[in-house]
Amino acid sequence: MATLTAPRIVLSRAEYDDSYTLSRYLATGGYVALRKALTMFPEAVASEVDQASLLGRGGAGFPAGRKWSMLRKAPISYLVVNGDESEPATFKDHLLLERDPHQLVEGVIIAAYALQVSAVYIFVRGEFALGLERVQQAVNDAYEHGSLGQNIFGSKFSIDVVVHPGAGAYICGEETALIEALEGKRGFPRIKPPFFPAVAGLYGEPTVVNNVETMSNLPWIINHGGAAFAALGGGRSTGTRLFALAGRVNNPGVFEIEMVKNTFRDLIYDPQLGGGVIDDKKIKAIIPGGVSAPWFGPELLDLPLGQDEVAEKGSMLGSGSIVVMDETTCVVRAAWRITKFFARESCGQCTPCREGSGWIERAMYRLEHGGGRMEDIDLLLDLCDNIAPGLTWPPQQTTICVLGPSIPSSVHSAIQMFRDDFVEHVTNGGCSHD
Amino acid sequence: MSHFRIDLRQRAEEILALYPRPRSAMLPLLHLAQEQDGYVSDEGIAEVAELTSTTPADVRGTALFYDMFHLEPVGRYVVGVCTNIACLLAGGDELLEHASASLGCPVGATSSDGLFTLEETECLADCDYAPCVQVNHRYVRTTTPDAFDNVVAQLRAGKLDHEVPHHGTLNRVRRAGGLRAPRAEVAAERAAAGAAREARVAKETK
Repeated sequence: MATLTAPRIVLSRAEYDDSYTLSRYLATGGYVALRKALTMFPEAVASEVDQASLLGRGGAGFPAGRKWSMLRKAPISYLVVNGDESEPATFKDHLLLERDPHQLVEGVIIAAYALQVSAVYIFVRGEFALGLERVQQAVNDAYEHGSLGQNIFGSKFSIDVVVHPGAGAYICGEETALIEALEGKRGFPRIKPPFFPAVAGLYGEPTVVNNVETMSNLPWIINHGGAAFAALGGGRSTGTRLFALAGRVNNPGVFEIEMVKNTFRDLIYDPQLGGGVIDDKKIKAIIPGGVSAPWFGPELLDLPLGQDEVAEKGSMLGSGSIVVMDETTCVVRAAWRITKFFARESCGQCTPCREGSGWIERAMYRLEHGGGRMEDIDLLLDLCDNIAPGLTWPPQQTTICVLGPSIPSSVHSAIQMFRDDFVEHVTNGGCSHD
Repeated sequence: MSHFRIDLRQRAEEILALYPRPRSAMLPLLHLAQEQDGYVSDEGIAEVAELTSTTPADVRGTALFYDMFHLEPVGRYVVGVCTNIACLLAGGDELLEHASASLGCPVGATSSDGLFTLEETECLADCDYAPCVQVNHRYVRTTTPDAFDNVVAQLRAGKLDHEVPHHGTLNRVRRAGGLRAPRAEVAAERAAAGAAREARVAKETK
């Protein structure tokens, strides 16, 4: 059974139809944390976040407090919020943007105060038309309410927040590509070093890039203290986290649950959460953290949902997306479709990613659709190894950004776990699933 | 002579004022160009180039990188059906096939009446309503062929105009006013706060 005793931190307003309005936000404790933060020294606000040991909720899981402490001191600096949620089967930021935009805006202003940045840009994925409207409305309301703009709540602190629309490119979820897009260019990731955002980010100035869910946790952390947040969860994975559960489950959705205290099995089978697998089928494999992550077999279902726990088993909790594939799923088809996505979304700067993704996709296509050869299976492993030498996790990197080494995950996992399925596709001359 | 309508030109200038460098307004201005013409036209590109102090070739090259910008005319409704992993597991391919037959156009093409353009999309982040369908980037949450046809009929009859604006219109909420925190004042305040902080740290370490 799942442990569901933790408070709802970021989804506390989920049950209200008007959860996105300023009136509902104010009626449910909104902007109290910001008032409190403005009475504290900025470094004290940052210290609460550090104490919470809030891990970034975007995918890499870097501690937010440490990221903040790395911001180079300079006359001008920026906070950029990453709302470009595009990792396949990840749909938690979408929910936060549409359902609780004021919580995000309040979190953002608190962060801007703690970091003492000059301006804030909230980058919202272009395909989130409603999310863009809701966040823009929340920003408009916040200005009107006095929680944003000049001399916020009568303090000396002033800040502007600009909502910036994306335009359809997975790669812009990568922080330096997002900065390029914000500068009006193609979303080509920048090479690190030297372009660590904390040192040389937006317009070459020091920049912190934080995820929407990370920011949305801040009002609660300031209201209740970093220690209260750190008391939830376990190990390095503190607090609650949003898990987006999708695939062959009865009740797909976004669930806020305490980290580590629950396992993959709890999330998938608890009647209050995933509600089990469709038609009670057996689980064939799960993708534990977005399609960039290596897959797990059913023998790992009792693994706790914690960042280090999942990393120790050779994958990642990543974006908090969990996809369930059952015994009716063709894993060759699934891995082919994921590779097709990467081939489409590769920005094209680096050869291993640009050429490798297309090459793997073509080989996977012929296995799935007929025309596959037995030697394709080892060819695929070789291609994967060319992009991420050694096929370890975390992967070796041959490219500017992590999109490249994410490509092999699904194909490598599928061949490793279900080689017989690939052999069968060759002997059958294609897929025998309906 | 501006290609943008007078109200859009005004919005474009408001957007430009939000950024320290004009080029940063590139994506929002391309969305505006698409809002006016339904796609990113040559005239729209020229106007965005002028506004961002770049060249039409540069604007075109940037726009081509992004899936949402259409550089050729498209239907009034751009219908996107996702077939990525969560939707694949829920019958996204079958729904896309149905959509193609129902709209009478292949994937990537526009129906003969010019109303619909059909696209196969990547994950649209609405996986609890898989297979996921967007029309002009509004979620319509039609997961079955019948529900899909029903939405298409309503779109044809103009009954969903409020929820689904014509292609190109992305954000109907206009920013209320420009920047409010004067740049010089912010810089002076941050410098003073930084000095005060250093004084505190120095006092603590004494």
